[in-house]
Amino acid sequence: MTKLVTAVIKPFKLDDVKAALEVLGVQGLTVSEVQGFGRQKGHTEVYRGAEYVVDLVPKVKIEVLVSDEDATKVVDAIVEAARTGKIGDGKVWLTPVEALVRVRTGERDADAV
Amino acid sequence: MDGYYAWMLIATAIVLMMTTPALAIFYGGMTRSKSVLNMMMMSYISMGVVGIVFVLWGWSEGWGGDGAGNGNEHLIASPFKMFGLHGVSHGNYIYVLFQLTFAAITAALISGAIADRVKFSAWVIFLPIWVTICYFPVAHNVWGGGWLATKLDGEQDYAGGTVVHINAGIAALALILVIGPRVGFRKEPMKPHNLTLTMIGAGLLWMGWYGFNVGSIVFTADNFADGNVLDPKTGVVGAAFSAQFQGETGVTFLNTTIATCAAMLGWLVVERLVHGKATALGAASGIVAGLVAITPACGAVNLVGAIVVGGVAGILCALAVGLKNKLGYDDSLDVVGVHLVGGVAGTLLIGLVSTSDAPGGIDGLFYGGGWHSLKVQFLAMGFTILWTGILTTVIALLIKFTIGWKIKPEAEVEGIDFDQHGETAYDWGSSLAGSGAHLVKEGV
Repeated sequence: MTKLVTAVIKPFKLDDVKAALEVLGVQGLTVSEVQGFGRQKGHTEVYRGAEYVVDLVPKVKIEVLVSDEDATKVVDAIVEAARTGKIGDGKVWLTPVEALVRVRTGERDADAV
Repeated sequence: MDGYYAWMLIATAIVLMMTTPALAIFYGGMTRSKSVLNMMMMSYISMGVVGIVFVLWGWSEGWGGDGAGNGNEHLIASPFKMFGLHGVSHGNYIYVLFQLTFAAITAALISGAIADRVKFSAWVIFLPIWVTICYFPVAHNVWGGGWLATKLDGEQDYAGGTVVHINAGIAALALILVIGPRVGFRKEPMKPHNLTLTMIGAGLLWMGWYGFNVGSIVFTADNFADGNVLDPKTGVVGAAFSAQFQGETGVTFLNTTIATCAAMLGWLVVERLVHGKATALGAASGIVAGLVAITPACGAVNLVGAIVVGGVAGILCALAVGLKNKLGYDDSLDVVGVHLVGGVAGTLLIGLVSTSDAPGGIDGLFYGGGWHSLKVQFLAMGFTILWTGILTTVIALLIKFTIGWKIKPEAEVEGIDFDQHGETAYDWGSSLAGSGAHLVKEGV
């Protein structure tokens, strides 16, 4: 069976995470630019004398489909590569995938990873 | 004579336009969308800072010499003698301002080499130090009656091949080597975000360059006052003045145009043959390469010479801009590849294709003048490269080990515009924009 690894990380750490996943032999991933907040919360900014609270900060979301046996390794690799030790480093989570199909060939589940 | 003054007023205004906005637009289009404003600000702030420095001590350091603008034959001139334009007549102000715009754009040219990664504060500190230590002394030596001018009889730099382009190009190289590359250099493509801006910028630069080159037929009001004598050495007066003014501006205007056409074609031919496609960025860069190369040569060559200078510069620069990827130095917007290489090409080609038919009146190697012209051109080039190369490295290292040059890597990735200026060039109006931020007090 297969799992979905989802990670929300600091944007500038994307390159490091990509490199770490390539080392593991991960075949593909999906990246989106997202906004949100966690414990980091937002911050205030002043522009032309007006003060703003920015409560959604830009992050990058990575989604990787992996086989069950690779899942923990991939999660650990992302955590390791994305960590700066400062607040706002993000989160990584793992969810089961009920069905997975490769569109071109029709292969299913672990074969489609 | 009134015609000459009218022309100089216009020439000065359009050279100012070359920095703000032409160069800012040209460079801004070539950066990534997250770095446009910072790139444009680096040009604008050059005008702001260098403009003030120039009238305080720049003019004195470059053209002060004996205190009346006649040179002192020394390596440097005092920044204090004519501080704040002390002793400069109102009739000479336009000549001061014309030179002011040259100093501002030369400093601004450097910024393209260090795009996307440098603290705005570091650039603002670098500007006055660099023009004081590198630009004004080199200008003094080449144009202001300094030491070099007395040693190199027959050296020709009509509008700034050494003072402007080799100077900016070698300073750019020194900064790149000290500051280092952008995050992701040689891994990400880092393509220009808006080439329409770059094409508009290149066109505006081309137009402004007529002020730059054709306006470089420069005399001082003191020369006019001396019984209408134009040039104390040749003693051209009266009707001869008009004839020279019209003839010389005609030649420099023609050469500036034709060399630029040839360079654009040369660059595009190289691209088509080597990479398979003629690009818009190639046309814009070719235009600038041609303008750079003809800058020192526009008063030294004839029509054939202009085509040679432009064509060779276009081809050489098109090949040179690929070197940064092979050698691994991040000359972000090709300031070294275009201004240093183009400036060297134009400066040295004078030694070959200069002709006594042109206003400069000197025959180069191909016109039977022997090796002398090439030799003095080479020495002027070497002087500029050594002076500015060494001193810019020292300035760059001082800034590196005090306040530091670079912004944080994460700020670079997320965009220098927001990090350094709190703004972004393009607000795409994302559906989250409303909820992403709100005013602390409504209606402030």
